[in-house]
Amino acid sequence: MTNGQLDWRKVIRTGLLVGVVMVFTSAIGMVEDFDERPVVVGILSLGFLALFWYVPRAAYKVGDEEVLEGMEVHPPTFQNVIAGAAVGAIGGVVLSVLVFAVNALDLRGVFVRLSPQLVKTLTFSESAADPNLAGVLVLILISTVLGAVGGGLHLVSDKLRRQIVFTVGAVVVVALLEDVISQILRTFGLSALVRAIYRDAALRLIPAIVVAALGFFVGGRERGGESRIRAYLADPDPTQRTRKSLFVAGVVLVIVLVAPWVLGSLLSEILATTGIFLLMGLGLNIVVGFAGLLDLGYVAFFAVGAYTSAVLTSPLSPFFNPEWPWWYTLPVVIVIGAISGIFVGTPVIRLRGDYLAIVTLGFGEIVRITFLSDAAAPWFGGAGGIRNIPGIPLGFDTISGSDPEYIMYFAAALVVLAAWVSYALLNSRVGRAWTAMREDESVAEVMGIDTVRSKLSAFVVGAILASLGGALFSAKLGSIFPTSFELLISIVILVIVIVGGMGNILGVAAGAVVLIGVLGGPRQPGLLQEFGEFKLLIYGVILVYMMLQRPEGLIPNIRRSRELHHEELSQDAWLGATPSEDTAGEGAPA
Amino acid sequence: MAMLEITGLKKAFGGIQALGGVDFHINEGEVVSVIGPNGAGKTSFFNVISGMFPPDEGEILFEGENIGGREPSTITERGIARTFQNVRLFPNMTILENVMVAQHCRTKQGIYGAIFRTEAFKQEEALIEERAKDVLSFFGSRLMGYRFDQPAFVLSYANRRRLEIARAMATQPKLLLLDEPTAGMNPRETKELTGLIGKLRDERGFTIVVIEHDMRVVKNVSDRVVVLDHGVKLTEGTYDEVSTNEDVIEAYLGRPAGSES
Repeated sequence: MTNGQLDWRKVIRTGLLVGVVMVFTSAIGMVEDFDERPVVVGILSLGFLALFWYVPRAAYKVGDEEVLEGMEVHPPTFQNVIAGAAVGAIGGVVLSVLVFAVNALDLRGVFVRLSPQLVKTLTFSESAADPNLAGVLVLILISTVLGAVGGGLHLVSDKLRRQIVFTVGAVVVVALLEDVISQILRTFGLSALVRAIYRDAALRLIPAIVVAALGFFVGGRERGGESRIRAYLADPDPTQRTRKSLFVAGVVLVIVLVAPWVLGSLLSEILATTGIFLLMGLGLNIVVGFAGLLDLGYVAFFAVGAYTSAVLTSPLSPFFNPEWPWWYTLPVVIVIGAISGIFVGTPVIRLRGDYLAIVTLGFGEIVRITFLSDAAAPWFGGAGGIRNIPGIPLGFDTISGSDPEYIMYFAAALVVLAAWVSYALLNSRVGRAWTAMREDESVAEVMGIDTVRSKLSAFVVGAILASLGGALFSAKLGSIFPTSFELLISIVILVIVIVGGMGNILGVAAGAVVLIGVLGGPRQPGLLQEFGEFKLLIYGVILVYMMLQRPEGLIPNIRRSRELHHEELSQDAWLGATPSEDTAGEGAPA
Repeated sequence: MAMLEITGLKKAFGGIQALGGVDFHINEGEVVSVIGPNGAGKTSFFNVISGMFPPDEGEILFEGENIGGREPSTITERGIARTFQNVRLFPNMTILENVMVAQHCRTKQGIYGAIFRTEAFKQEEALIEERAKDVLSFFGSRLMGYRFDQPAFVLSYANRRRLEIARAMATQPKLLLLDEPTAGMNPRETKELTGLIGKLRDERGFTIVVIEHDMRVVKNVSDRVVVLDHGVKLTEGTYDEVSTNEDVIEAYLGRPAGSES
């Protein structure tokens, strides 16, 4: 909106975009699949949530005014509502065109999900052959109203807007986390409460209203819990600060120890998977985030660790099967991981940037294909992999994938180890050399840093952490196959690091929890199992969105974030400082 | 014996002969200025000595050993440190870190010490920090105190130049190569830095080669002046000898009109 006037071209453009998003969501089958998952009983299904969520968002966005310094700022007016409604209406019309197109033309040959069933869902009608005109109108009407509401959000105060967003968010989150919440409640013997809140995994109406009210209340508070913890930890007195940090760490530890027993085995399984991916994320963070080496073949070290541990423990390992207990394999895994880090690192380390990424990508595939090959089959079992990996002996019992609670403890222990290694190295001579190298490699070299050695050490530390992850992974699964170590894993781990916040330990943790814990790993289920096959699409959307809006990640490393916003910051710095006049004249000798 | 002895140094970039056979020497404790018009090859001269580019021909003897074509990190370890004409700090590292990281080649704790926080590691870290602060204190209070934890990019231009010198000092070199240390400074800052260059030699014992355009600085700091033009050494001598040399004046100003021979 410029000059306080409606910019109709922008409105139409946004409206068409909304329409395209809705058509896309329908055409890939998301609406239909998710329609089977209700969010609030009888009112909202996940399908319609996926279909319509973008309408109010875009309608709000269309009214955003570009604020330029020194320019007049126009207060939001009723026109925002009109613009929003128009966006919604245009989007709705585009979607209804799809409904008619599906009926008139047979598109199923190309778009298999454009089925009569979709039309039925979209138009709320009983039969697809006769599209319910009223249903189509309702569709457009809903879209328009949502658009108007989105636009209208400009008119309310910031606080109220946040409260509204929290209200909607709370209902959606509580509904989607039905698994977790009902499991926790059942653990405490509150099955009756579960039945009172949920029906068919969806919120009942009255609890939904209660949750909405809670969300409204929480959204109205000034400061979130996170900033409180932060303020609590930022004690100026160092001894107090250490004590408080230890206290918080202790609380987290107790939560981690208790969690598997409260959450049940399904959720522990998810946590264990998250832990393994987090461990690898921390390892890759050292390579990419600290040393600035883009490694796209990171899964190679994961595979090496898993196979090393499998060969040494499994009685079915084809060539060499000493049947060691899992514990004994750890030193070997560390040594072999380090050796493979040196082995992969040495030839590629002199390459910079993109070239390094491409070559490491190749190495990742080479490792997988080697394990798959017939030539190596006598040692590693080829496509059949290695089975009967016994798990982790613990005196009283042997821990394997069927005890995800214990696997989670192991994952947590390794994550703590990786976090400590990351932290300790970053604040050391080695870590400073990595940072310097990332900032300006040739200057780092002139300042006496042997960059080849520094890079290699980052590679090796990363490789060791990944191979430890592999060792735990093989014990957890009980059998490993070359297909478990595909390129996708490398990419997912990299996405965890990027989305979470490169170079920041907490950031990587956030990335792992959001992507692996909530959405699920490439083959592992997450909390929201509903997303199923759309998981990778959502990964992509998150990645693109983060790259555009928040390239430094969810919880950024301060330094990284500065690098990414360097221009703005240095401009500010220059404005703040008083630059001295250039007096270096090209004077001739006197 | 001279500390640094260079004979017949050549370096070409494609068809451009940046250095066409330069002879140069500097004795311990000397301050030598390298001057010359733009494009004379002064910075290339530094780049080749510091190992950023290998020489095409010629010898660079540092304390009797040929260091031509060695890795930059090795050359720094031998005891040559430099600054850059277009200040190249690690902008997002703090001021203290910039100086701490420069001690890399003088320290040796590795991954093991860092992870297990051994006594040796802690002692070395403390030493690194102490040395860093000592080096920064050379510039008075400008880079001290609250500045330690600020990122380098917030510094003013003159302070960035100072920090770069501090970073070079932190590598504990014998020979310092300063590439236009006063470029972009105002007259007062220039004067102050001129004094500091003298102090670098007298108090800290560095031998210094300095590329400089400001002739007042050259006059005040140099024991000897070397003039480069088009990649070759035009002349050398004391400031007074050089500044009255016909060839030098010609290189800077061109021939007087009508003096065509």
